[in-house]
Amino acid sequence: MFWLKRNLPRIVIAPSFGVIAWFVYGFIFWTIYVSFTKSKLLPQYQFWGLDQYYRLWSMPRWHIAVENLFIFTILFIILCVLIGIILAILLDQKIRAEGFLRTIYLYPMALSFIVTGTAWRWMLNPTLGLEKFAQDLGFSSFTFDWLVTPGMSIYTIVIAGVWQSSGFIMAIFLAGLRSIDDEIIKAAKIDGAGLISLYTKIILPMMRPVFMSAIVILVHLAIKSYDLVIALTAGGPGISSDMPAVFMTQMAFHRSEIGLASASAIMMFLTVSAIVVPYLYSELKREDDRK
Amino acid sequence: MANLKIIDINKNFGKTEVLKGINLDINDGEFLVLLGPSGCGKSTLLNTIAGLETSKSGEILIDNYKVNDMEPSDRDIALVFQSYALYPAMTVKKNITFSLEQRKTSKDKIEEALNRVSTLLKIKELLERKPSQLSGGQRQRVAMGRALVRDPKIFLFDEPLSNLDAKLRVEMRREIKKLHQNLKTTVVYVTHDQTEAMSLGTNIAIMNHGVIQQCDTPKNIYDYPNNIFVADFIGSPSMNLIKGKIKQENNNIFFVANEHLKESKIPLNDYKFKQKINADKKIVLGIRPEHLYVEKNSSSDCEIKVKSELAEYIGHEQIITFNYCDQQLLGKFPSTIDIIINKEYKLNLDINKISLFDEVTEERL
Amino acid sequence: MIENNNQKYQQLEKASKTKNTIYRWILFLILAVFAAYYIAPLYVMIVTSFKTMAEIRQGNLFALPNDLNLESWYVAWNGQGFAAGDVFLKTYFWNSAKMVLPAVIISTIMGAINGYALTKWRFKGDSYIFLLFLFGTFIPYQSILLPMSRTLGFMGISNSIFGLILVHVIYGLCFTTLFCRNYYVSISDEIVKAARIDGAGFFKIFFKIMLPISAPILVVTVIWQFTQIWNDFLFGATFTFGKEAPIQVALNNMVLTSSSVKRYNVDMAAAIIAGFPTLIVYVLAGKYFIRGLTAGSVKG
Repeated sequence: MFWLKRNLPRIVIAPSFGVIAWFVYGFIFWTIYVSFTKSKLLPQYQFWGLDQYYRLWSMPRWHIAVENLFIFTILFIILCVLIGIILAILLDQKIRAEGFLRTIYLYPMALSFIVTGTAWRWMLNPTLGLEKFAQDLGFSSFTFDWLVTPGMSIYTIVIAGVWQSSGFIMAIFLAGLRSIDDEIIKAAKIDGAGLISLYTKIILPMMRPVFMSAIVILVHLAIKSYDLVIALTAGGPGISSDMPAVFMTQMAFHRSEIGLASASAIMMFLTVSAIVVPYLYSELKREDDRK
Repeated sequence: MANLKIIDINKNFGKTEVLKGINLDINDGEFLVLLGPSGCGKSTLLNTIAGLETSKSGEILIDNYKVNDMEPSDRDIALVFQSYALYPAMTVKKNITFSLEQRKTSKDKIEEALNRVSTLLKIKELLERKPSQLSGGQRQRVAMGRALVRDPKIFLFDEPLSNLDAKLRVEMRREIKKLHQNLKTTVVYVTHDQTEAMSLGTNIAIMNHGVIQQCDTPKNIYDYPNNIFVADFIGSPSMNLIKGKIKQENNNIFFVANEHLKESKIPLNDYKFKQKINADKKIVLGIRPEHLYVEKNSSSDCEIKVKSELAEYIGHEQIITFNYCDQQLLGKFPSTIDIIINKEYKLNLDINKISLFDEVTEERL
Repeated sequence: MIENNNQKYQQLEKASKTKNTIYRWILFLILAVFAAYYIAPLYVMIVTSFKTMAEIRQGNLFALPNDLNLESWYVAWNGQGFAAGDVFLKTYFWNSAKMVLPAVIISTIMGAINGYALTKWRFKGDSYIFLLFLFGTFIPYQSILLPMSRTLGFMGISNSIFGLILVHVIYGLCFTTLFCRNYYVSISDEIVKAARIDGAGFFKIFFKIMLPISAPILVVTVIWQFTQIWNDFLFGATFTFGKEAPIQVALNNMVLTSSSVKRYNVDMAAAIIAGFPTLIVYVLAGKYFIRGLTAGSVKG
């Protein structure tokens, strides 16, 4: 009885711990192992070395996917952070309609990527969408057919992605701005800082941690992006807007290339880890220092 | 009503030792205050007594019964927390009766106990409120009510007044004292406030770095500090500590703050040394600011030459900073005495009130 | 001299007043432009869903419909007036509802208990366990997709709502634990100590003391989980097919593969239906929604 009482917290955590250990970490190890095998339709457990990784990196399609991911991630982060900061700063100017505007800026976050993709697919429709709207307005030579143009379709994903996620970045920046000590702002104002130098010299430098979190979240969203690509371009035209997440699912469930799919999944996992692990480390250290 | 024995308690947090061989003997009805700077281990000791934390070694006896492996709720103790720790979602009434309900006390008895406590603490009209609707002082009362309702063997207090404003703190301090006088329960009370400790405790245990520095009555601690830490910690402003040496001439022994100044001699013939002392030993002389006088008070006073440097007026009295042999010396005088800054003075030092410490071991001589 | 100064001050005051008014106008202009950017797709979705296909082909994207044509909504919801074999949302909407409810409840309750145990009953190694949960919120699901699909097969629950519930509970657990842990950390440990001295045990303290004050975080967690699970596509598309699929999968199938003639009005009606529950939650509890997003972002 006494033993039970003492260890109750552990016992309560145990099922969840077991589930996470098995279904998250165990599965990751399984995937790692399978990426070292020749598995095709079914997993084989004979060790085969780094072959699947060589194959992966020699596939043009994978290179396109990685390149797209790179373009998408960079633009997605820059635009989201830029828009997020601008909107947060503007909303921070004691706007009367703040609540209303915030609601409008953030609602896309409530929608799934599939809904987002469907909506933007329609907006960007080359014959009936924005292109036609502009032409009807008198810009008869206006063309906007990125959605069906290889090499450009990836940018439509950026447009839709930024639309969906930038409001969220605004929200965390706004929260960051609100948490800054009022007295510092007062002191800067008395020292004669204008609005622009107040933000660029005093406030934004104080928000380094917020930048960090925002960027980590955006990278993480970008690497996982699957739904949006599927709903907007399905990786097309052809494979021109392919992304690693789409590549992985294709290989795993349509091409019976389990080993190759695992290798690509592990590449994604390693990329996320390379960004998240140092970030978590610094965050936890900061928390420790505060104690 | 019970006595409490703490025998050689050791505790670590990771590699840091927070309690190093604590021994305390608390008699029935005693009000023991654990006093010390933050991080000295006093709260940890209290939590260990309560059973909220376990010690690495040592024993805790309540009424001579070992309770080390008992659940906190089975030790028949009550603890009043710094943050009061009232259950936010429960009414005051529920907060107070919660522990009795856990013990399956009969409804009539709960009602009776609630009645008794709420009358005692004058919180009858607050019973239906939620903690968030109470002021700081009211929360404090409810927290005490929750402790009192069970009639525990021992009361534990963990800095219960530190969240109150200065005025309320003094009021609540008096009420706690009154309660203790009426109920005569054994109390262990943790605080970092020396005024609280002096006014409440029948005994004070001063802690630092996980060690009890001195455990005695407030008067003894004030007059005969065991070591430099205690001397410095107690009193406001704290005791003057003057560095110097012991000198012997013929059969007389002296303290000199500066060997080259003959007039800096302070005779120590009447001091009751704990052990034999060699001449030329480096020692520290302690004298409280209120034991320095501008005019000669008694025949045992010794005259010293000082220069006034700074005056702080605090109402009924003033604190003057002097320079004595290039060491700082504070004096506390009634405000009625006029003292001019940057002037030589002759002060009278009450020989019977001095304490001497070894400069190296910092222990009382 | 004094008059001169007075004049100078008046000028300064006037100048700063005009400057402020101009600033305000620019400010509102920028904010309005962005508001238009965010609202446009929703507006277009709504107006398109009420148009007929003829109207869509003739008119422009932003034009209001001639009249409220509800046909596309009927078609999107239950395939009325549509050839058999086509996808419509009714079945899948209820699939998602049946999946979301238990998955949200179970994962939230487990997260709350985990968070409570990890913060209020510290034990050796608890911070490492928390780290496992924390890192778990970041992993790309692609790295567990294959073994999960095989496991569901072994357990005989692939292509079932039950399987999806299990998956969502497992991978939501990291988030719910994280949220609740971060909330309970901020609650004074002394309350738990007091309750222990009062004689309450692990579960009694949880149910009687912690749970009644957990409403803020439970609302956040429930909304977060609801949005995540309702909006999930990856797990749904990977582990189910046919009639067992959740709504996002159905929407995608409908938009991509329905009849040879594109019916944009039906697509838009379907998209609104699929986004409706989360939008409602957002409108009704936006405050908590944002709090959930930031709780998930400011980790550790």
